[in-house]
Amino acid sequence: MNVITKQHKHCDLIKVSGRVDNASAPRLGDAFNAIIEAGRFNIVLDMSEVEYISSAGLRVLIDAQKTCKRWNRGEVVLAGVPRPVYEVLELVGFAPLFRFSEDITTAVGSF
Amino acid sequence: MRRVSRCSKRTAVFEGQYENLEPIIEFVTQAAREAGLDNSAVQAVQLAVDEACANIIEHAYANSGIGDIECTCCIEADRLTITLVDHGVPFDLDSVPRPCLAGKLEERPERGLGVYIMCQLMDEVRHEFSPQGGNILTLVKRRGTQP
Repeated sequence: MNVITKQHKHCDLIKVSGRVDNASAPRLGDAFNAIIEAGRFNIVLDMSEVEYISSAGLRVLIDAQKTCKRWNRGEVVLAGVPRPVYEVLELVGFAPLFRFSEDITTAVGSF
Repeated sequence: MRRVSRCSKRTAVFEGQYENLEPIIEFVTQAAREAGLDNSAVQAVQLAVDEACANIIEHAYANSGIGDIECTCCIEADRLTITLVDHGVPFDLDSVPRPCLAGKLEERPERGLGVYIMCQLMDEVRHEFSPQGGNILTLVKRRGTQP
């Protein structure tokens, strides 16, 4: 799994690629936490190159969304989500809890 | 004449540590592709085995990093069967409550999803307590079936 973060004017972009497995998911959590601790709560997660996401990765997503949405100060938007990954999000009932965007530019521009 | 199902079998043993998830997943991925599973089914197998091994590492071996995971892949004409054997603390999969999958964001659980995902993605999930102590988990993915 690789994680790259980039700060934009109105949001932060995290690009995660590969397998977000139970071993690597904490590193994705670290990327979210670094942004949140800096006081920024609008985050786009580029998942276009994610192979699969495990329950540990799903916990990271839900935890970040809970923190960002608190007091309506922001949100996590999921962009470029591959079909199999989306199916897992649906399977665990997470799909209604996130805004989805097909492409990264639209997601970043939505803030 | 009765047709006998032939099984192409291979076994590998890994130490029960998180850093071994990647080689375990590589091992089952190769078997899944040889079994002729499509990409969606291969990803389902990867995710289910990831969850199963994380359970073994976290619960059976209590994150001690001590203890083996014996992984056997059996390829048959219509299915891939993966057996994971550990020698840790017996755990009963049936005792894991089904997570709440609806409701407000704040009420959503952050635990209990792994077993649910594993059971949903595979065609069969069987758990037995090993006579030698530990657990035997059997995961079956058939060809040409949706999770």
